[in-house]
Amino acid sequence: MTTTEPAPTEERPIGFGKLLRKEDPRLIRGMGNFVDDIQLKGMLHLAILRSPMAHAKIVSIDKSAAEAMEGVVAVVTGEDLAGHGLAWMPTLSNDVQAVLATDKVRFQHQEVAFVVATDRYIARDALEQIDVEYEWIDPVVDVRTAMNPDVPVIRTDLEGKTDNHVFDWETGDAAATQAVFDNADVVVKQEVIYPRSHPAPMETCGCVADLNRVSGQLNLWSTTQAPHAHRTVYALVAGLPEHKIRVIAPDIGGGFGNKVPIYPGYVCAIVASLLIGKPVKWMEDRTENLVTTGFARDYVMQGEIAATKEGKILAIRTDVLADHGAFNGVAAPVKYPAGFFGVFTGSYDIEAAYCSMKAVYTNKAPGGVAYACSFRITEAVYLVERMVDVLALELDMDSAELRLKNLIKEDQFPYETKTGWVYDSGNYEPALRKAMEMAGYDELRREQAEKRERGELMGIGLSFFTEAVGAGPRKDMDILGLGMADGCELRIHPTGKAVVRLSVKTQGQGHETTFAQIVAEEIGIPPEDIEVVHGDTDNTPFGLGTYGSRSTPVSGAAAALVTRKVRDKAQIIASGMLEVSVADLEWNKGSFSVKGDPSKSVTIQDIAMKAHGAGDLPEGIEGGLEAQICYNPENLTYPFGAYICVVDVDPGTAEVKVRRFIAVDDCGTQINPMIIEGQVHGGLADGVGMALMQMISFDEDGNCLSGSLMEYLIPTALETPDWETGHTVTPSPHHPIGAKGVGESATVGSPPAVVNAVVDALRPYGVKHADMPLTPSRVWEAMQGNHTPPI
Amino acid sequence: MQVPAPFEYERATSVEQAIALRAKLGDEARFIAGGHSLLPMMKLRLANPEHLIDINDLEELFYIKEEAGEIRIGAMSRHRDLLDSELLYQHFPIFRDAEKLIADPVVRNRGTIGGSLCQADPAEDLSAVCATLGATCVIKSETGERVVDMKEFHVGPYETAVGDAEMLTEIRIPTASNGGSAYEKVERRAGDWAVVSSGASVWMDGDTITAGRVGLAAVGDNTTQLDGVAELLAGKTASEELYTQAGELAAASCSPQTDNRGTEAYKRHLAMELTRRSLRRAVARAQGQEA
Ligand SMILES: Cc1cc2nc3c(=O)[nH]c(=O)nc-3n(C[C@H](O)[C@H](O)[C@H](O)COP(=O)(O)OP(=O)(O)OC[C@H]3O[C@@H](n4cnc5c(N)ncnc54)[C@H](O)[C@@H]3O)c2cc1C
Repeated sequence: MTTTEPAPTEERPIGFGKLLRKEDPRLIRGMGNFVDDIQLKGMLHLAILRSPMAHAKIVSIDKSAAEAMEGVVAVVTGEDLAGHGLAWMPTLSNDVQAVLATDKVRFQHQEVAFVVATDRYIARDALEQIDVEYEWIDPVVDVRTAMNPDVPVIRTDLEGKTDNHVFDWETGDAAATQAVFDNADVVVKQEVIYPRSHPAPMETCGCVADLNRVSGQLNLWSTTQAPHAHRTVYALVAGLPEHKIRVIAPDIGGGFGNKVPIYPGYVCAIVASLLIGKPVKWMEDRTENLVTTGFARDYVMQGEIAATKEGKILAIRTDVLADHGAFNGVAAPVKYPAGFFGVFTGSYDIEAAYCSMKAVYTNKAPGGVAYACSFRITEAVYLVERMVDVLALELDMDSAELRLKNLIKEDQFPYETKTGWVYDSGNYEPALRKAMEMAGYDELRREQAEKRERGELMGIGLSFFTEAVGAGPRKDMDILGLGMADGCELRIHPTGKAVVRLSVKTQGQGHETTFAQIVAEEIGIPPEDIEVVHGDTDNTPFGLGTYGSRSTPVSGAAAALVTRKVRDKAQIIASGMLEVSVADLEWNKGSFSVKGDPSKSVTIQDIAMKAHGAGDLPEGIEGGLEAQICYNPENLTYPFGAYICVVDVDPGTAEVKVRRFIAVDDCGTQINPMIIEGQVHGGLADGVGMALMQMISFDEDGNCLSGSLMEYLIPTALETPDWETGHTVTPSPHHPIGAKGVGESATVGSPPAVVNAVVDALRPYGVKHADMPLTPSRVWEAMQGNHTPPI
Repeated sequence: MQVPAPFEYERATSVEQAIALRAKLGDEARFIAGGHSLLPMMKLRLANPEHLIDINDLEELFYIKEEAGEIRIGAMSRHRDLLDSELLYQHFPIFRDAEKLIADPVVRNRGTIGGSLCQADPAEDLSAVCATLGATCVIKSETGERVVDMKEFHVGPYETAVGDAEMLTEIRIPTASNGGSAYEKVERRAGDWAVVSSGASVWMDGDTITAGRVGLAAVGDNTTQLDGVAELLAGKTASEELYTQAGELAAASCSPQTDNRGTEAYKRHLAMELTRRSLRRAVARAQGQEA
């Protein structure tokens, strides 16, 4: 690994720089406080009965035996909920989802009833005593058949619904693109599938709901990446007054998008607490998490590139079939039903682009946007980066050379893409050249040529990605009508210690450190003197939460600006203290001094005491040293990177070994390089997992075959190489500190590099494309010319 | 958290007492050894025994020793003990090959050879290892003990010769000089069960294989010991052609099924490729060409 801790003698940065994470001591010592650690007096436990079938009518439910069990407090069915008007809830995409099934079940493991009992074991045992009679309905499993006229309609709950259509969507210019394709020297086409995967956070989802019947106050400890958004949605669903709802997200054991949606389990726990008048805990088990909560991807993409024979890419076109499962639970800005898939034109300067998409319902768990995907940019980047390699093969051109030829040039930024995205800043070629240099690219190609002579299979895969993160500008981004601007509040205490309150919520990204460093950089107070408060709606300003790599681009900007606001006030107070005009003061990170006379200065700590102390303040200035703002981003930020993966494939067994992985990332200004590197490491491991082993699969009856970590494989240290990371720095022009997001860069950028490397290794076998996951069997089948799509 | 259905629990104090208890409680009782097969099934409620008889205190079942021309392994020997044992490695390096690739350290610290053989999971590795080595199993009951060979022991997936009121107590492997053994496995990821595994053992006289056996895991019933391959190998001169022939025969003698681990065709290919590799390595070891 290339990370080294700062030596103890090295100065701890007051501001940006390498700094050990402030949150780690408690987490490493087992002193974290997760939802399942919450114990309340009289707390009951909830377990959910789930459907064994993917599609079936509920004929009857007999709950009497369960109700008769000692320790069982309540057994609740969909019919019971319907009596309270709570059987259905809105999804984040303005669809509805059953809290508990009333009419029929629409995916395997869908919620059918819940039991509340005095302990979790009794609750679990009681599930066995509920007798449900189902009547089988043929499930729609294969996404390609979902729109066939003869298949059953899944969403019979929707008035007048006669098919399984969710939405059609398009972007770009169909006619202009067609014209370019018509006249191009070379056109390549390839079906590229991004199979269904799952974020699989270490901590499963769950909550403790405590609804006080007397005061009407609901306290909800919950595994949520977006506490404020959730509070508002609960207010809308349950009709509870918003000021009586407090959502607390304590320590969260990984989210990756899995903890953005509101799941039926949360609503069940709230309803149970309301009905029973006691606190109720619900925690998923591993299987429940894998088979029912927000999945990711599941796009079948037809990719096409038009190019000149010299390798100039002219146009990119794609037609996508999107599997949205049984309910459209996508968490993306309303006007972006396909998330930010529109950036499928990648990092290339082209003439035209067009995408058409059809989204359909199937009898599978809902979800869609999850797993560190920056709102579907994983799919977009995978498509374009795979297609560029398909083109390179067609032209018999080196894949690095082809990319270098087509990358957007430095002087073209800000660059507006053919699908209307304005890339804020970039300097792509140096990043790719740096990665090639770190990899020893030419030497690798020489080694590969030698090995091919000997029948050995070695592959080199590239990917160049541009991300679009930091949703988003109020002008066109909202979720359920909630704008995506973020509040931030900063208070400096009299002794010069600070508290900054954020609307976003870490699930492991290190907010408590990064945000302290942002404030420190702006006001010169050491990070250890800055407390970061987050994850509690009663104690933080409103904002939409942490996902889509938006924390630094949005809340990070808010933190910088609120600190500047406080600093401006501090400057006025300092001018009074030093008896000079504001204009005569100079800021030296932590103190103001009189221009030309550095001996006359006051520290921010002096100023804080003065702000809260006795004696006059400059005219018009109130006491205290604090501020609050709400930051509305002007644009998204566009981090980018160049990745190179080297694999060896055993020709006899088709096993893939990732030998090296070189990642050069540019996320603009770096706040804490060590945290950035950690984020990159995690994302690269995710990418290797998706490329080589992870997939949520189903049999033809719609049974989910990936219900445990024995079947849904996540890579270990043995499957991942020592990551070789590097960076370039191209600040964002519109972000106050020039920072861009980085949380998802590596998850977005790495899968195509791995797949491209494997396909490159298989070149002697004439393989042009192979879909993920590239398990030994799937690679071997590709070598035999029998590659089959995973769905 | 996944929790099993309620059950009664008792810690056995001796092999006799454990067997007596099992005889008394009958079908609804199970021994629990390392628990790494039984507990996951109970948590998923695929197994719902009413009684668990814990045999982890039975010190008399923890050993690996050489006695009467045999290596004798107590049924409670953990995967980890088998991995670490120098005695076992000296005689049968196939154990270390296999153990390195069985599950992960957490599972290996608890899982036992007795539990593995009795579970008889179709993808389980030690049945093929033991069968390849011509092992026998000691099965005890209230009335006495019997010794069966692996063929008799391993009836099929999840099925062994061990009856309701019996316990597997020991595995015996005859030692002979000039032998070599090896194990090859393909898994989708470290810690995963085999896509396919192949074990081989040979006894050599110069370049001639006087006797050899091959066993496969995860490719269907009755593959832990392939008689046809043993017949083919006996008396032949070791060569690449022979390994390929043996591999082809192995591939033809199994009945793999397509699943998430791989297609039938791929698994058959692996049966052949891994058999070639395990034989090649077993012969090299017998000839002292591999440390
Ligand atoms: C994540 C994971 C990965 C794994 N990967 C592999 C792998 O790659 N290859 C592989 O071979 N195995 C693998 N295993 C299985 C592992 O080796 C188990 O430990 C083994 O199969 C069972 O041994 P145990 O001691 O845990 O048995 P237990 O689970 O305690 O018992 C299994 C069964 O055997 C019975 N039993 C146990 N001991 C006796 C006895 N002495 N007499 C009679 N009956 C007895 C029990 O009653 C029970 O029915 C894996 C397990 C896990 C959890």
